[in-house]
Amino acid sequence: MEKLKKKTPSFSFWIWVIASIIFRLILIYFPKNLNLSSRPEVSTPLTSFRRLAEGYWLKQSSMSPYAGSMYHGSPLLLSLLGPLTVKRIEGQPDHLLYSLVSVIADVFSAMLIRATGQNLRLAYLFSLESLDLVKQIEVSEILSSGDIAALIYLWNPFTIVACVGLSTSPVENMAVILCLYGACSRLIPLAAFGWVIATHLSLYPAILIIPVIFLLGCGPDAPPRKLFLQRHQQEEVLNQSKLPLGFSWRPIIHFAFWALLWSVYVLVLCGISLKQFGGIWEMFKSTYGFILTVEDLSPNIGVLWYFFAEVFDFFRNFFLIVFHVNIIFMILPLAIRLCHRPCFLAFVYIAIFSMLKSYPSVGDSALYLGLLGWFVNELADMQFSFFLFCGYFGVSLLSPVMHNLWIWRGTGNANFYFATAMVYACLQIILVVEGVSAMLNHDRKLRNLTTGKPRDAKS
Amino acid sequence: MALLQRPFFVLLLVLTHQFMQYWIAFGSVNEEGQKQEEEFNEELLLKPLPDRKVLAHFHFQSSAPPSTSNGRHHHIFPKAISQLVQKFRVKEMELSFTQGRWNYESWGGFDPIPSSNAKPPGVELWAVFDVPQHQIDASWQNLTHTLSGLFCASINFLESTTTYSAPEWSFPPASGNLRYGTLPREAVCTENLTPWLKLLPCRDKAGIAVLLDRPSIYRGFYHSQRLHLTSTGSGSEGMVSGIILEQTLTVVLQPNSQRAGMAYASERHIQPSWSLTSIFGKQVSGTCVLAKSSNVYLLLDRGLVAELEHLHKENEKSAENGFTSQNFWTKPSFELSADPDRIFIEENSLHSKGSSVLYKFQVEKYSESEPFDLSLTWKIPVVWLSQQAPLHASRFLMGSGNERGAIAISLKSTQLSEGFMGANADDERCDLQVNVFQVVPWYVKVYFHSLQVFVNQQPKAISDIIEKIHVSPSKDKVSPGVMEMVLKLPCKVNSAALTIEFDKGFLHIDEYPPDANQGFDIPSAIISFPNFHASMIFLKDDSVNKSPLLSKFQEKSPVMSYTEALLVPLTTPDFSMPYNVITITCTVFALYFGSLLNVLRRRVAEEERFLKEKAAKKTGRLSLLLSKLSAKLRGRQWEPPSSPPASSSFINAKLVFKVILVAGLAVGWQYFFS
Repeated sequence: MEKLKKKTPSFSFWIWVIASIIFRLILIYFPKNLNLSSRPEVSTPLTSFRRLAEGYWLKQSSMSPYAGSMYHGSPLLLSLLGPLTVKRIEGQPDHLLYSLVSVIADVFSAMLIRATGQNLRLAYLFSLESLDLVKQIEVSEILSSGDIAALIYLWNPFTIVACVGLSTSPVENMAVILCLYGACSRLIPLAAFGWVIATHLSLYPAILIIPVIFLLGCGPDAPPRKLFLQRHQQEEVLNQSKLPLGFSWRPIIHFAFWALLWSVYVLVLCGISLKQFGGIWEMFKSTYGFILTVEDLSPNIGVLWYFFAEVFDFFRNFFLIVFHVNIIFMILPLAIRLCHRPCFLAFVYIAIFSMLKSYPSVGDSALYLGLLGWFVNELADMQFSFFLFCGYFGVSLLSPVMHNLWIWRGTGNANFYFATAMVYACLQIILVVEGVSAMLNHDRKLRNLTTGKPRDAKS
Repeated sequence: MALLQRPFFVLLLVLTHQFMQYWIAFGSVNEEGQKQEEEFNEELLLKPLPDRKVLAHFHFQSSAPPSTSNGRHHHIFPKAISQLVQKFRVKEMELSFTQGRWNYESWGGFDPIPSSNAKPPGVELWAVFDVPQHQIDASWQNLTHTLSGLFCASINFLESTTTYSAPEWSFPPASGNLRYGTLPREAVCTENLTPWLKLLPCRDKAGIAVLLDRPSIYRGFYHSQRLHLTSTGSGSEGMVSGIILEQTLTVVLQPNSQRAGMAYASERHIQPSWSLTSIFGKQVSGTCVLAKSSNVYLLLDRGLVAELEHLHKENEKSAENGFTSQNFWTKPSFELSADPDRIFIEENSLHSKGSSVLYKFQVEKYSESEPFDLSLTWKIPVVWLSQQAPLHASRFLMGSGNERGAIAISLKSTQLSEGFMGANADDERCDLQVNVFQVVPWYVKVYFHSLQVFVNQQPKAISDIIEKIHVSPSKDKVSPGVMEMVLKLPCKVNSAALTIEFDKGFLHIDEYPPDANQGFDIPSAIISFPNFHASMIFLKDDSVNKSPLLSKFQEKSPVMSYTEALLVPLTTPDFSMPYNVITITCTVFALYFGSLLNVLRRRVAEEERFLKEKAAKKTGRLSLLLSKLSAKLRGRQWEPPSSPPASSSFINAKLVFKVILVAGLAVGWQYFFS
C-alpha cells in the first residue's frame, strides 16, 4: 500500500493487473494447487470445491445434489461450474478451466471495483467542490481510490488463496460487487441482478439492500446533507446544482420491480434444475437452513464452529438466535448514522457479516479488504492501521501453524486454533469499529472546515 | 329277545363303525400332526484346520410348524422367539455375536462354514420384515430393543437411524424390506451366551451343548454365536407361520499339543492330536432327550483329503506287499478313537481337487457310563491348504492426520482358486463378478466422486469395471452412507483395488463416546461372489436330508467374506472447555456490539453541548409525570426537579419505571409461552 500512495498512472496499474493474473496462473500450475483447495481457511462447507464436485457427481448419477450432507450451494452454480469440475485437458493441471473461471471472476471484480471507486472519487471531488473545500484539501492529494482498491483486491493474499484454492467465493464476491457497481452507476437492473444472485448464493448479502436503496435514492457517498444546507444558508446562495439530490423513490421502485423479476427468474431456474429431485423447498432447507443452523462443525476461521461444538444442546437454539440477531441489530444504527455514505455502509455491512457468518472463509475477508481501498482518502486518519496490518499478518501465519499442530501432528489441541480464530475476530471488530469511527471523524472534520472552525475534529 | 337283540346289534355295529371311522380319521390327523411336529436337532461339526487349530461348529435347530391356533403352546420351541416373530412379522432374521476375526487365508473362505458363519466382529443384525414399507423402520426399532433385552447386549444402539441401513441388492438375502446394522465394538462374552443357551430345550445341561464350557470357548481364537430364524410362510390367513430357528456357535480352538516337549524335525509338521476332552475339557454323555437327532461330524476338507490321497498313493508304491487297495479313508493316516457310523463322500462335480469326507458319529449310542469322546491322532505329518474364495479381500485406511483420508478395498487373487477359475475361463469374455457392500457412518464423509478403481495396479475407468453402483450418501446425524457395487473383473486379474476419499467429521462434544481418543469404527464391508456357490453336496442319502446341518451345506449360497473393521481416529475438541468457550466467545461478541454502538452514539465537544441545550429546553414530560407519580405514591409533596437533574427521587422514578418495564416483559413472556 505504501508504494501505491502516489497517484498511480493508468499504465502501471495495468502492469500490476497483468502481473497479478500471471502470478495466479503460476500458482495454478503448481501440483495439486498447493493443496489449497482443502485448507479450512479457503474451503468451508459452502465454498468447498470438492463438495461442488460431489454435488455434481450426485446430480449426474440422477440423485438430488442435496442428498447426503455434502453440497450446500446453489443449483445454478452446480449447472454452471459443475461440468468444469470433471473436465480435464490432457497435460494440463486437473482443474484448469475451473481455475481460469476463478481468475476471470477475480479480474472482472477488480475492474468493477475500479469503476466504482472512480465513481466514488468523482462524487467526493464534486462534494468537496460544492462545499468550497477544494482549497483546504489539495486535490492532488486525493488518491485515485478505484485503482488502489482494485489492486488491493487483486494482490490481497486472501483473494489469491481463495482463487487458487478453487473455492466458489470469487464468484460470490463478484455478485456482491456487481450489485454495488450497478447501484453506484445507477444501472438498476444490474444492481438488482447482483443483489438477487449474491443473496441466492450466500444469503447474507440480503442486508445490502439498505445501502443499495440509499445509493439509488440519494446517490453515492457524500458528506452529510445537513452540511450542504448549512453551507448554503450561510452564503445565502441557493445553487441547486451544487446541492446533492434529495431522496427519490422512483429508482427504488424500479429496483424493487427488477429485484422481484430477477428473484422469480432465479427461483424458476432453480425449480427447473431441481424438478426431478426434491424441488425448491429442499434447496432452501439445505442451503439457507444449513447456513442458519450451523450444522457443520468442521473448523474454519470463524468462532461459531467451536462454540456450537461445545455449547450445551439445550442452549443451541438460543445462541443461534443471539448470533444472528447480532448482525441484524447493528443494521439500523449503522443505517441511521451512515445513511449519507451508502458505499461505506455497504462496506461495514459486508465486514460485519463476513466476521459473524456461520462459515466464514478468507474469500469473504478479501472482499471487504478490497472495498476498504475505496475509502483511502476518507480513512486516512484511521487509528491502529499498522497494528491491524500486523495482526492480520500474524494471524494468517499462525492460524495454519495451529491447525497443523492440532489436526496433523496431534500435538496441539483445538483451543490453540480457536485462539487464533478469536484473535482474528477481534481484529475484524477493531477494523470495523475504527473504520466507522474514522469515517464519522472525517465528516466532523469536513463540517468544521465548512463552518470555518479550523479545529481538529478529534477532541 | 332276538327281536330286541338284533336292533341292538345293528346299533352296536353302526356305532362301532362310526367309531372306527372316527378312529381312522383321528389316526390320520394324528399322523399328519406328527409329520409337522416341533423338532429339535443338535449337531456338532469338527474340522481340523491347516494351522494346527480345530474348528468346532455347533448347530442347533429347532423348528415349529405352522399352526392354526392363535395363542399357541410350544413344547420345545422357545416362546420368546415365536412371540418376537409374530409381533414384528419377521420373515427372516440373523443375529450374530462375534469376537476375533475369521482368518480367511488359513481357515478357508469357500466352504459353507466360513461363508455363512464367519461374521464381522461385534454384533451384526439383519432382518427382513413382512410389513408395509412405512412400518419397517418402526418394526426394526422395536425388534432391536426386544433383542437387546433378550440377549443382554446393547443392540438397542442399532435403533438410531445413523446405525442401520437398507441395502438394496448387494446383501445376499436381497429384498426391499431388509434392514442391516452392525455394532463393531460390542464386546461379546458369557452374558450373551447364557441367554442364547436358554433358547435350547436342554440348555447346556445335556446333549452336545454340554461341551460349551465357557473358559475353553472364550480362550479360542475366534468365536461367533449366531441365531438365524426363518419364518416359513403361512399358507392361509389365521395360520401362525412356522419358524425355523437355527442357532450356531463356531469356535476356532487351539488344541493343547501334548508333544510340545519332544520336538524333532519331522514331528514339527505333525498336526496336533486332539480330543473333545482336550479342547473342551468335557465329554458328551448322552443326548438331549428332547432332540430328534444328535450327531457329531468330523469333516476333512478337500485340500486335506487330496493331500492324504497323495500320501496314500506314495505309501502304496513304496510298500509293495499286497495290501488290498482299500479306500484310504478306511485305513487313514490318522486314528479315531470311535468308529464312525457312516462316511459321506462329497459328490465332486465342480472342483478338480479332491472331495471332502465326512465321518458321522451318533451320540445316541453313548451313555453316562460310556461317554462319547472323539479323539483324533495324526500318524504322519501332513500339510495342506484350505480352499479360498476367488479373491481375498482386505480393507485399509490411507492418509495421515485427522482431517481427511481414504478407504481402500483391495482384492487379491488367491492362487488356489485358479483351478476352477480356469473352468469358467472357457468363455471368451470371462468375468468375475464381485459385489461390494459398504456402510460408512455419517462422520466419515465420503466423496463418492473420488472413487477410483485399479486393476493390476493400473487405474481404470470406473465405467469399465463397475457394472452397477448404488449409493445413498450419508446425511449428517441422520443416516449412514451406503455404497453397493457390482464389479466385473477379468478372470485373470491378479489384484484389484477400490479407493474412495473421505473427510473426517467434527462432532458435537456430546456425540463422542466416553473414550473419544480411541477412534471410531467403520463396519466391515461385505464382499460376495454371486457366481460362486459355497455348497457341499454329499451322495444322495436319506440321512443327509434328515440332518439340518448337512442340508444346510447343500444349499447354494454365494461365497461371502467380510473385510476387517476399520478404526478411524477423529479429532476431539477440548472436553473441559464448554464454559470457557461460551464466555470467551460471548465476550468477543459483546466487545463488537458495545464498541460499535459506542462509536455510533459518541458525540464530540460542541455536539454534546448542543444536545444538552436541546435536552434542557425540552424538560422531559414523561419524567416529570413520573416523578409526580412517585411523589404521590410515597406520600410526599412533589417538588419540581432542581437544576441538576440528579435528584434522588428522579433516579428512583427511573429505576421504578425500569423495574416495572422488566416485570411487564417477564409477565408477557411467561403468558406467551405458557
